[in-house]
Amino acid sequence: MSGLLVLFIYVALFIGAYLAVKAIRSSMAKTTDFTSLKTVTFGDESAVTADRAASIISVAAIFLVWGAFTGSNYAPIHMPGPFKGYTEFTYVSQNPAGETSQATVNVLVHDFGADVDAPEATESTGFAQGDTATVAAWRSVLIRAARNDGEGVVVTQVEGQDISPGETVKVPNGKVTMTTKGSLNFSPYAGMQMESIWLPSPEAVTHRFQEILHEGYRGIVLLEHIRWSLYRVFAGFIFGSLVGIPLGYAMGLSGWARGWFDPIVEFMRPVPPLALIPLVIIWFGIGESGKIVLLFLAALWVMIIAARAGVSGVNIAKVQAAYALGASKAQVLRYVIVPNSLPEIFTGARVSMGVCWGTVVAAEMLAGEKGLGAMINTASKFQLTDIVIMGIIIIGVIGFGIDVLMRKLESYLVPWKGKS
Amino acid sequence: MGALNINDISMRFELPDGSHVQALQNVSLNLKKGELLSVLGPSGCGKSTLLNIVAGFLAPTQGVIELAGKPVTGPSAERGMVFQKGALFEWMSVRQNVEFGPRMKGMPETERNTIVENLLDTVGLRDFKEKAVYELSGGMQQRVALARCLANDPDVILMDEPLGALDALTREKMQGLVLDLWKKTGKTIILITHSVDEALLLGERLLVMAPRPGRIFKEYRLPFADRAVGEDLRVVKEDPTFNDTKKEILEMIWEMEEEIMGGDK
Repeated sequence: MSGLLVLFIYVALFIGAYLAVKAIRSSMAKTTDFTSLKTVTFGDESAVTADRAASIISVAAIFLVWGAFTGSNYAPIHMPGPFKGYTEFTYVSQNPAGETSQATVNVLVHDFGADVDAPEATESTGFAQGDTATVAAWRSVLIRAARNDGEGVVVTQVEGQDISPGETVKVPNGKVTMTTKGSLNFSPYAGMQMESIWLPSPEAVTHRFQEILHEGYRGIVLLEHIRWSLYRVFAGFIFGSLVGIPLGYAMGLSGWARGWFDPIVEFMRPVPPLALIPLVIIWFGIGESGKIVLLFLAALWVMIIAARAGVSGVNIAKVQAAYALGASKAQVLRYVIVPNSLPEIFTGARVSMGVCWGTVVAAEMLAGEKGLGAMINTASKFQLTDIVIMGIIIIGVIGFGIDVLMRKLESYLVPWKGKS
Repeated sequence: MGALNINDISMRFELPDGSHVQALQNVSLNLKKGELLSVLGPSGCGKSTLLNIVAGFLAPTQGVIELAGKPVTGPSAERGMVFQKGALFEWMSVRQNVEFGPRMKGMPETERNTIVENLLDTVGLRDFKEKAVYELSGGMQQRVALARCLANDPDVILMDEPLGALDALTREKMQGLVLDLWKKTGKTIILITHSVDEALLLGERLLVMAPRPGRIFKEYRLPFADRAVGEDLRVVKEDPTFNDTKKEILEMIWEMEEEIMGGDK
């Protein structure tokens, strides 16, 4: 239900922001670049560029929705929160003789985990005695209202409305459901916000980030977790490249090598690295070597295929030209085949870094104490959702950072990519 | 140094379906040092195959090719090759491309630099020495390819439609350059082309080849190349004998193509 509401609000933000930005733009001076003069833009891919205003508003919208549904201080508006404080409702009891009497139930709704005293019970005139209860927001409490009212007494009304087992009655700041045994189950009004064990507010996450950055989680600071994860990724990637690139070259240059390794590579490539984790754990244990072997395997096949494609992709004219200029086989390899394959190898490196990063998190979740995957896995067992969300954000940021770095490195080291 | 002798070359190979292709049949040809031979013919006449055999990239099933008395067994620096396009090393600068041959031989850098400077002057790319080759236009890239080939000082230059991918205006300019280089360096050149104009203009000798099996159909000796050196190429093209020969060759090729089409039915 509230999921649908989030969707509606999100769609409304999408459309509303579009209309708002359009209105603002139309009041500003018109741009006069070439694209603005095109009359056919629907279907013209070159006329579609990412609207940066939309990107910025999109990110802001996510935080707005997140903040609004978690009662964050960062968000200017909030969805109605859960009721907290004192509330009361009345009920009517009936004794076996058929007499009725009214009493009040006083309830204190408090923050989860807060240490509170139960409110004073209200004095009553009849045989029904006032009751009292405390309950945390988002929780419910069972009130055996008739317990202190005498032998054989049953509750017949709540807030002036008749009630029988299984029925629910609205009361101020909540609702009351009668259980099959005649007790009253009071649920205070929960509002539309998410409880922080499901979705913590943004500031809870940033606060947790500060804490783990400086003090650490279970004795290991955040940078230590990141360092371990990165170390494993780079170790696996480097070993995978050291073995994979020469093998790929061999497959590109020799029919025997290609025939020999083809079945192995073609079989192993579609096997997800995660499927290898149980076997790797059996063979290498849950320590460092197991994880690095797994990442090595994750990187290996990608690098073999990239290097092979790089060699196969060489224009035969370039090789023939080099031979006709007097180059030896070794010189053709060094000056033509290797540089020609570098763009493909870089593409492969980017892919395999991505695969390794995904695999390392999964591997750490299965076994390990250090590393981002281990951190969020442990935190999830203690319902520390803020750490889980923080970990996911950090994993995403680092994965994105690796990709950007590889692209920069690529355009710096192989500027001729796609230019032949 | 010396003559290129093509002795009774035949080339026949099997296709996957078991049939045979006679790509070349009994092709013989002698080229003196410094001759420029252009080769014309409809597609499938084996002209590229012939060039690849001379370059040493393919082995003939019969016959020998000798350069200055030595048989050709594989590619080598004495037979340079200029391709239609895409044969430059785009990971190297213009200078590195041109000095590739000498560098592979282990020539010292100072000597290489002199060669590069001279050749880039000759082809008009002096200011582009340190540019990446992918920054150059198609015509400039072919100039680099010519310079790279010449830097190695080969005895024979094999050109496989070197100007085929250029636009008409650039092509005309480059034809002048090829003629100039030929006169200046005195290299033996075999030029394969699809353009009858180009073949007539550049070839001292012109070979028309016929398909199925690939063979020499007719040979011409032409005066136009000598006349065209340092001249306006368009003036040479206006010569009535130029046009007559052109017409004759075009008719010859049309007939061959028609025969192929008829044979298919």
